[in-house]
Amino acid sequence: MRFFEFEAREVVRRAGIPVTDYGFTTDPAEAKAIAERIGGPTVIKSQVLTGGRMKAGGVKFADTPGEAEAHAAEILELEINGHMPRGVLVDPRAEVEQEYYAGVVWDGTRKQPVMIFSPVGGIDIEQVAEEQPDKVGRRHFSNILPLSDFQAKEVIASTGVTGSDLNRLVPIVLRLARLFVENDMVLAEINPLGRLADGSFVALDAHMDIENEARGRHKKLLADLGVGEEETRQAREATPFELAGEEVDAQDHRGVAGNVTEFDGDLGLVIGAGGGSLTLFDAVRAHGGRPANYCEIGGNPSVAKACGLAKLVLSKPGVDKIAVMMSIVSNTRVDIVARGVIKACLELGLDPAEKIAIFRIPGAWEEEGFKILERYGVDYADRSVSLNEAARRAVEKIQGAPAR
Amino acid sequence: MSILIDASTTFIVQGITGREAVNLTRECLDYGTGAKIVGGVTPGRLGRDVHGVPVFDTVAQAVEHHGAPIDGSVVTVPPAFTKDAVFEAIENGIKLVVIVTERIPRRDVAQMVELATLRGARIIGPNCLGIIVPDVIKMGGIGGPAKNAAQAYTPGPIGVISRSGGMTTEMSSTLSAAGLGQSTAVSIGGDAIIGSTYAELMPLFEADEQTRGIVIYTEPGGRMEAELSRWVTENSSRLPIVAFMAGRFMDEMPGMSFGHAGTIVEGKEDTAGEKIERLAQAGIRVAERIEDIPTMISEQIESRAGA
Repeated sequence: MRFFEFEAREVVRRAGIPVTDYGFTTDPAEAKAIAERIGGPTVIKSQVLTGGRMKAGGVKFADTPGEAEAHAAEILELEINGHMPRGVLVDPRAEVEQEYYAGVVWDGTRKQPVMIFSPVGGIDIEQVAEEQPDKVGRRHFSNILPLSDFQAKEVIASTGVTGSDLNRLVPIVLRLARLFVENDMVLAEINPLGRLADGSFVALDAHMDIENEARGRHKKLLADLGVGEEETRQAREATPFELAGEEVDAQDHRGVAGNVTEFDGDLGLVIGAGGGSLTLFDAVRAHGGRPANYCEIGGNPSVAKACGLAKLVLSKPGVDKIAVMMSIVSNTRVDIVARGVIKACLELGLDPAEKIAIFRIPGAWEEEGFKILERYGVDYADRSVSLNEAARRAVEKIQGAPAR
Repeated sequence: MSILIDASTTFIVQGITGREAVNLTRECLDYGTGAKIVGGVTPGRLGRDVHGVPVFDTVAQAVEHHGAPIDGSVVTVPPAFTKDAVFEAIENGIKLVVIVTERIPRRDVAQMVELATLRGARIIGPNCLGIIVPDVIKMGGIGGPAKNAAQAYTPGPIGVISRSGGMTTEMSSTLSAAGLGQSTAVSIGGDAIIGSTYAELMPLFEADEQTRGIVIYTEPGGRMEAELSRWVTENSSRLPIVAFMAGRFMDEMPGMSFGHAGTIVEGKEDTAGEKIERLAQAGIRVAERIEDIPTMISEQIESRAGA
């Protein structure tokens, strides 16, 4: 889960890395008060989780508190790439002599975190790596041995930085690495890291991304930052349909019938498991089908959960039929899913034979499942019908004509 | 032959008294020639048994009871306790750890993997279903109950490596139906950091005489396919590889998460399109449909045999 800049800067500050004397607010009048306290030129920055805010007019410079207030009022109303700002950050306009970059990310191949440092900051590090590769230092560090100053020193020195700059940068990079590890981040980046006229360094912007699976062990930090437990901060906010899907999955702890994502098509999908869902969604689209949703069933969900998911998808406006398909199951029981989807049709007063375009779930308890489907006249397929062929049949049925 | 495990492999199940672990134990005991599960561990449950397998409080007790080193462990404890369980297994001399547990933060996974490397042990997973050698042994929930596993997996020349547990069975079943059995199938897990990647398992298959071709299931996210492409190019492997790439639609939705934890598309190199290109450059053929895989891999095995 990504942090807003104002949250990321607070994380940086708590780690003992110098930050500017900024303020965060959602109120233009307060923006003015912050600018007055700062007492000089300021930068007003939109707090959105999307790139390109400078280009979109989400970053503005103010010479007076009055100007800061006016800019804040404007930016608070400005939508950027479909995102409304969470607030604005009022930041002193620092006299920066040089901009640096410091970051820590995971290397999935080496399976270790890597410190990245560059004396060329303020732009994307990927661009620097491409254009001036000798200006980007990288250093992996152990997951088990304690972090030590020399590791930060090596990565900084490898880019040609020396003198008092080197000695002042070492604790900053080391603290950044430490906060990355301690907070279960998947990205921790200070860019730009500015060197001021007096030779000191200050974080001017920060990007942080915490691993979702680890949120549970950082409850205090998240509460301090005011991050709600329900905030997922995906690329777009969850729709009411997706929230209803989460409720279905949360009704009991048996298996999974969730991860619902909304699309605008007419073919409802009740699919699984993880890899099967990805394969099936591709297959439906490859045959010209228009999925109404993505979802994942797995881990042997209860009949109630399978039923709830099928009902949700069947009730979605524009959905004509559902396709119930999974890769061969060994843990999830075929008969339980069959019961669930048939129950959903019946409870909605619909004919399962007509509404279920195809049922293709082979595997554990399939004889029992197929018997139930036969009783209700539902078209089903065993493992001799591929995922791709099942998807093709479903698309053909909903289009009422042979698909390509 | 096979890789990683064979009929003589001994292992324990950590978290054996959990509902899923009880089923898994039954399945492994029933499958093939019957797995040699020499013990289970659940703290506080010393003296019980699960399907005849004795339960201990610690891994050390299990090793002492067995009277010899134990080869492997299947770890099925909750995410918050997994790291400790894996450390315990490794520090008691276990060399092969299959981690079934999902939703483990990657810092923990990275720590486990680093300790395993230091001790000469290997981790499969997390978030995986384990390993199966058709008709011989399975270690983990892969393929499900013995009866179901026997329906999908048959012995033969193909090594299967998959980031999805379910798709390991789907692909193996398709291969079996076409008369192509499997030497060993490995569900490696769907997370961003895993114990054993494609490239790390390739040398094992390379050394296995029974294996004549490799089939892999891949997804967007991560650099694992790039690592495999590099390995294949650098090592002039004798084994042809056919890959299936799921989740192609995700390329249009950067930042959205589907499927496994590792699938979020964050950078250009992570996309399905980019990966397909990279695999193709290394001479790895990418199948559009699962049902095309058997023909593609047999053709390549034959053309190499003829060369």
